[in-house]
Amino acid sequence: MHLAAQLPGIHNVTVWSDPRSRSQIGWESFAHLARTAERGKFDFFFLAEGLRLREHKGRIYELDVAGRPESLTVLSALAAITTHLGLAATVNATFNEPYEVARRLASLDLLSGGRAAWNVVTSFDAFTGENFRRGGFLDEAQRYQRAEEFLGVARRLWDSLSLADLPADQATGEFVRPGAGTFAHQGQHFDIAGRFTTPAGPQGHPVVIQAGESPQGREFAAAQADVIFSKYNRLPEARAFYQDVKGRLARYGRGAADLKIIPTATCVVADTDAEAAELAGEITRAQVSPQTAIAHLEAVWGRDLSGYDPDGPLPQVDPLPANQLLQGHSVFRGDRAKVARRWREIAEDRGLSIRELVIAVGDGQTFVGSPATVATAMRHFVSTGGADGFVLVPHTTPGGLDDVVDRVVPLLQESGAFRADYEGTTLREHLGLAQRHTAREAIR
Amino acid sequence: MMHLAVALDGLGWHPAAWRTTTVRPGAVFSAEYWIELAAEAERGTLDFVTIEDALGPQSAAFHLPDERTDQLRGSVDAVLLAARIAPRTTAVGLVPTTDVTHTEPFHVAIGIATLDHVSNGRAGWRPRISSRAADARHFGRRTTPQLTDEDVRDPESIARRMSPLFDEAADVVEVARRLWDSWEDDAEIRDTATGRFLDAARVHHIDFRGEHFAVKGPSITPRPPQGQPVVTSLAHASRPYTFAAQASDVVFLTPHTRDQVVATSAQVRRACAAQARPAGQPLRTFADLVVFLDDDAGRARRRKQRLDELDGAPLGSDAKIFVGTPEELADLLLDWHAAGLDGFRLRPGVLPHDLWSITRGLVPELRRRGAFRTAYESSTLRGHLGLSRPANRYAGSRAGRR
Repeated sequence: MHLAAQLPGIHNVTVWSDPRSRSQIGWESFAHLARTAERGKFDFFFLAEGLRLREHKGRIYELDVAGRPESLTVLSALAAITTHLGLAATVNATFNEPYEVARRLASLDLLSGGRAAWNVVTSFDAFTGENFRRGGFLDEAQRYQRAEEFLGVARRLWDSLSLADLPADQATGEFVRPGAGTFAHQGQHFDIAGRFTTPAGPQGHPVVIQAGESPQGREFAAAQADVIFSKYNRLPEARAFYQDVKGRLARYGRGAADLKIIPTATCVVADTDAEAAELAGEITRAQVSPQTAIAHLEAVWGRDLSGYDPDGPLPQVDPLPANQLLQGHSVFRGDRAKVARRWREIAEDRGLSIRELVIAVGDGQTFVGSPATVATAMRHFVSTGGADGFVLVPHTTPGGLDDVVDRVVPLLQESGAFRADYEGTTLREHLGLAQRHTAREAIR
Repeated sequence: MMHLAVALDGLGWHPAAWRTTTVRPGAVFSAEYWIELAAEAERGTLDFVTIEDALGPQSAAFHLPDERTDQLRGSVDAVLLAARIAPRTTAVGLVPTTDVTHTEPFHVAIGIATLDHVSNGRAGWRPRISSRAADARHFGRRTTPQLTDEDVRDPESIARRMSPLFDEAADVVEVARRLWDSWEDDAEIRDTATGRFLDAARVHHIDFRGEHFAVKGPSITPRPPQGQPVVTSLAHASRPYTFAAQASDVVFLTPHTRDQVVATSAQVRRACAAQARPAGQPLRTFADLVVFLDDDAGRARRRKQRLDELDGAPLGSDAKIFVGTPEELADLLLDWHAAGLDGFRLRPGVLPHDLWSITRGLVPELRRRGAFRTAYESSTLRGHLGLSRPANRYAGSRAGRR
């Protein structure tokens, strides 16, 4: 089983109102979480990305934790206080250029001794584009084409220069081999040539992560990714996703072990199952405050519903689904008319208030129970083909991983489901992935 | 008291430095090499270290790539290097260079803000324009002026050709400064009664529109500990002096004589007067010097001569090259300091040798003469430089609304 930890900062998972909740930007919080993850022998530590603060009804969205660092910079600092933990950054392929991203990832891999990973994402809206030179955005198909070409170019750049090309031999006076780092690429999205300057790190290529959902995204991941983040953390649908994606690998000459599928999951641990269930209910209610319930409903309905009682029934007014009130939030950009119909059905069937409805349609908590119950459930999930592991998202910063690491991980270790200690030093080694290089024939 | 910084670049500023360094030259691609240098600078209570960077390979020519194999080529991203050093040091300022011609202003600004967070207020930044046209091909999105052999003989000529890039760089710094202020210090309210983590009235769009790009904001990164990390720039000509006056907190100058110190300082003062800088935000003036230091001046000269022979040509430099003893250098620095400079950025000819000579030779000598601190008296880079934490430019803008 593979385990990763995600620093929250997205959506309403983080319970900032908890009195134990500390800064989501201060260095001490990152250091605490990373040290905890390493103490738990986790594969890697993961940071998400959001390149524009969300806005609701024309104002900065106020209800969720917000404010995050530049991922690669904070991960490089974390490399100084950890020795084995993988360090995964989400870096956008829409609002960046390959030369710079490839260089920064190679740098992180060098500076961390082979622990870098890159979650390749594409951006979906012009709203985010307003923060960038490039501006604008790309449609769904173009986004993947650009991401695929972007990744291909990055791989070519990593292959263009290695430490072996830089003998730095004082006796012979040769620092660099002739032509080292030379590259040229001409494609639909990028037409570039010149010299790359940062030698590839110990992993050759950093671990590539993808979170594709659409058929196109799944295909891209099957061809290119080392790890998939999935949202499927309930067993039947998780198994279907797992089988679908693993089934696509053979087409690319890859085996099932070459791509790890790890859904995001939350854990609520207490002494007994009953206490944990109670705690899970409290966390969920804290995640969906009365104000959050109304805001989510407004996001789906496309209209101001601030006059409605969150503990009362759904409004009788019809949604205006074309009206996008909550911007920069990936969850509310689908077919809002369809979502609104489904929400009304659920509320009417089950007689739910607005807040109860928003709680019911939300993700809730994935693994709830005593340490033994949670460990058993996690093992079952993995052993029955639901996943290769989990990305755990704590509810509080920075202490939210402590319970899992102190109480659940030892049980997973005892049962042999999870490593008792790191066996390698690079992230590729933790994940059981081969070092990756592509052929160099194009370079010389 | 004078300010003192060290410019870290590769294995030293002499192109043949790697041939004689006492460390394994390949270590330049490892974290520990840089951490040791920064830690040594910190033992010398220096104000800060700068780290060079560019989005293309080093070259013997200012304006063109070359095919030489006998000089150091290759580098690691300077911001990530600075961040990697931060947790292993506690006081020294960390000033990475970033390209601002081919990068996204938003990404660069949050990178520096993040460096300030992870270092608890020790971040600086040296924005640098891309003056080598070949680097533009690495991005394929624009072209930049190709300097000629004629151009590169005269700093004023270079600056004239690059003038549009300086204008754009000033816009980049303006965007970064606005983004750093876009969250007020008390924007995070955690008000459970209203369910609000943030107060939207204290987080601001920056609405920047320039000739080359527009940035809406706000930043995704809360205001850094220093409020505004320290912006530095290197300047050899009138346009860069204006850029420093517009955008920088510290400017690195390259006078070669005391007379030039006086003349250049006056030119920078005039540029500042023309820019109406905010009150209480002075521009600190530093002189850059390349240094080869040994207790015996003859030994330093022989060392430098040997390096010139290895490289096949005498060292060329924009900054004055000083070869001698730490005592002689202290004489020069005190003289130039009296002539009006705030401090010095020393470029060690060979690393780590000439850094040790600075921290273990020059610094004790300056302390003996009462000209340099014996211990850090503040924990932030602004503090070391005697710069206050600036008020937030947006803090007043909501006064009427509340």
